[in-house]
Amino acid sequence: MQRVGVFVCWCGSNIAGTVDVHAVAEALKNEPGVVFSTDYQYMCSQAGQDMIKAAVKEHNLTGIVVCSCSPRMHEATFRKTAAAAGLNPYMVEIANIREQCSWVHKDILTGTEKAIILGKAAVAKVNLNAPLTPGESPVTKRALVIGGGIAGIQTALDIADAGFEVDIVEKKPTIGGKMAQLDKTFPTLDCAACILTPKMVDVAQNEKIRIFSYSEVTDVKGFVGNFDVTIKKNARFVKEDICTGCGACVEKCPMKKIPNEFNLGMDNRTAIYIPFAQAVPKVATIDPNACNMLKKGKCGICAKVCTAGAIDYTQKDEYIEEKYGAIVVATGFNPISMDKFDEFAYSQSKDVITSLEFERLTNAAGPSAGKLLRPSDGKHPHTIVFVQCVGSRCEACAEKGKEYCSKICCMYTAKHAMLTRDKYPDTEVYVFYIDVRTPGKNFDEFYRRAVEEYGVKYIKGMVGKVTPEGDKLKVQASDLLSNKQLHIDADLVVLAAAIEPDKSARPLATMLTASMDTNDFFTEAHPKLRPVESPTAGVFLSGACQGPKDIPETVSQAGAAASKVIGLLAKDKLTGNPCVASSNELMCNGCSSCANVCPYGAITYADKEFRMPDRTTRIRRVAEVNPAVCQGCGACTVACPSGAMDLKGFANLQIMAEVDAICK
Amino acid sequence: MKVSYFPGCTLKNKAKDLDLYALRSAEALGVTLEEIENWQCCGGVFTTAEDEVATKLSSVRALKYASDRSQPLVTVCSACHNVIKQTNYAMQNNKAFADKVNRYMAEDGGYNGEAEVYHYLEMLRDLVGFDTLKEKVANSLKGKKIAAYYGCLLLRPGKAMGMDDPENPTIMEDFIRALGADAVIWAKRNECCGGYISVESPETAKKNSNAVIRNAKAAGAEMIITACPLCKYNLEKSGADIPVVYITEILAEALGVKEDTNA
Repeated sequence: MQRVGVFVCWCGSNIAGTVDVHAVAEALKNEPGVVFSTDYQYMCSQAGQDMIKAAVKEHNLTGIVVCSCSPRMHEATFRKTAAAAGLNPYMVEIANIREQCSWVHKDILTGTEKAIILGKAAVAKVNLNAPLTPGESPVTKRALVIGGGIAGIQTALDIADAGFEVDIVEKKPTIGGKMAQLDKTFPTLDCAACILTPKMVDVAQNEKIRIFSYSEVTDVKGFVGNFDVTIKKNARFVKEDICTGCGACVEKCPMKKIPNEFNLGMDNRTAIYIPFAQAVPKVATIDPNACNMLKKGKCGICAKVCTAGAIDYTQKDEYIEEKYGAIVVATGFNPISMDKFDEFAYSQSKDVITSLEFERLTNAAGPSAGKLLRPSDGKHPHTIVFVQCVGSRCEACAEKGKEYCSKICCMYTAKHAMLTRDKYPDTEVYVFYIDVRTPGKNFDEFYRRAVEEYGVKYIKGMVGKVTPEGDKLKVQASDLLSNKQLHIDADLVVLAAAIEPDKSARPLATMLTASMDTNDFFTEAHPKLRPVESPTAGVFLSGACQGPKDIPETVSQAGAAASKVIGLLAKDKLTGNPCVASSNELMCNGCSSCANVCPYGAITYADKEFRMPDRTTRIRRVAEVNPAVCQGCGACTVACPSGAMDLKGFANLQIMAEVDAICK
Repeated sequence: MKVSYFPGCTLKNKAKDLDLYALRSAEALGVTLEEIENWQCCGGVFTTAEDEVATKLSSVRALKYASDRSQPLVTVCSACHNVIKQTNYAMQNNKAFADKVNRYMAEDGGYNGEAEVYHYLEMLRDLVGFDTLKEKVANSLKGKKIAAYYGCLLLRPGKAMGMDDPENPTIMEDFIRALGADAVIWAKRNECCGGYISVESPETAKKNSNAVIRNAKAAGAEMIITACPLCKYNLEKSGADIPVVYITEILAEALGVKEDTNA
């Protein structure tokens, strides 16, 4: 029989407000095995933990039940306390009487009753607990970064700086991401390329970093410290190691009318192309959907002009298997499609553009060489209307937009407005907004400058309709502060489109078994205390894949993710979770039900010799669990028809004892 | 297929064409529009006052008539459709309102929003199918550039009407394409013509209607089509210099039933 101590936490008034904690401690005193029961204001505090340690010594406790918050919050804390008191840490059970009780009940009577029942269940379980010892697994001291934008670049540089090898997988032909497309950056207005491209070059030159561009991750197996990853290197039909990036092929390619993704389709590229001048790796890529040689077997001009002999029309997709200890997701974002926002006439007029298109229009390397000209007729626009929150904070229209705030639009719109007024003072600039949200260092000052120094006309209210007529865009809007309807004849309308996670994030999350929210942003392990880790061990988050972020925030998160990776890779061995499945060979009949449901591939089968009661031997097929791969999800224990599979720490017997205690 | 049909007052007076061609075209497509017996005026406007019941009773009676026959209720006029559809939505979603209405429905038996209301366009899309319609087109309108004018009543409020996205509708464009013509996409297609304000302030209505016509022409339209008698009235009154035609008229033309062969 165990000697159980019960410790009921008040959590200030979080629990004690709706649960009579004294009554709970008193009621649990009478449970089988309980030799000590008490309550305290903050059990997780040093004083509370000391109280537990003292009680273990004084009452010779062998098991501990803490009635407190969710085990996700403080299970680790109390396990450490138990270990410090000389107990096996797995002799601790948590009864969650906060999230599952006090926070969801209003009535103290029902709250108390439920807390007592939850406490009884935990006592029943701890009575059947056995000491568990975690196993150890080695760590592959290399990291994988998925996504080569500023988030991925910074993470990779920081990890490499600590001396670990890093691979970056980027699906586009070059690293650089969205930041490479930007013109200037707020709030300092330094040019994006000037601060990004040196970092891209650093990545290329760093001996510890390898870049897999034009590649994607297609499979992830294994677990923290020991991931097996398959990377698909898409055929670019150019030998990367031979191509010098001279651009002779690009010049001579006859297919010149392919929409240029880098300039968002505002100009054209060739079928063989280098996305932009500072691309890394600076090698050409052939677009198989546009190339005549690949489609029809006719042309071959690029191969003729390539003096290095880098063109290879027979190149095939290549699959590479690599091992990593840690994976960082940095898959970034995209502006949402404007298809469903035709009230702004995006599909009807070339002069209605998105903010990212505006970036390209004002960029010296963009389609108009940095001159702000209307896409329709190349004339200088004299009146520009910026519309913020297009698809953001769109509660009523969730099917076409996003409910969340995209966070970066207020600042970049202020930047666009300011730069326009600075370069072209003859231009009238209107910004329509719901709210201007500019928290951040020097951000609000920046916005104020746009209004006060540059005379940008900020109007609170939304644009209802944009009507293209002749060469004007008739903008109909409301000015909420003066309660007036406005009609503005604009030359250019710029839509601050909401941002959403990249489409590749969802399938990747499935591969990584990493969780996402309803908007497909990756979920962090804890919103405040573990913001750069995914709940899946060994998977880390960097940049806008976790939520809308500007560059300074992305870079800080990238550094934070890198430091977490470094912390992991610095270890030689990882302590595993001992709460894993194990199979009772005598009961197992080798039916494969467990292996079929195991999401981690932790179960294999072996033929084993068994001695039968009549002294003969028989060879039977039985299940074996790899404890290093098993994550303890328990799916196999449910699937097993003979009851041979059981989960340590969550044994069928223990669960039944809990159910019995609740139903008693 | 037989459906209950609510023509509405205007279709019996100013907009006889809308009614006539609706009947003929439907017949050609295998749908019989059975006019509801003793239908009454829809009231013309859906009053947003929740305690206003009297003006909505005629709609409820029409709905009840269709649901008793287990038939869809089909309307053509945008205003009638708006009133009846909104009334049905209120009957389905506003219990207090439904209870109040049912106090006046004792003789007819209760009604709780069982009927399904289809605008003529929805009937073509959901019951007939635009593909079937395409096959039945005898005189293709190929090459004709037609601007679909939704006006404001057909689509809004979006939730109650449930026909199409109020800001980015496609149903009328799909209809135009099914008839073989080119659908012009233009900004003012779902804006108001001025509506009833033409009674009180004809100038305001004219301003709105002119903006609509100007925008349709700027987008290259040769013809404007509408389902709403009031839109047609306002646009024509404001001096539209391109034809403003009912949806059922071009439908009848395309199906080859515009001239009555039986007459």
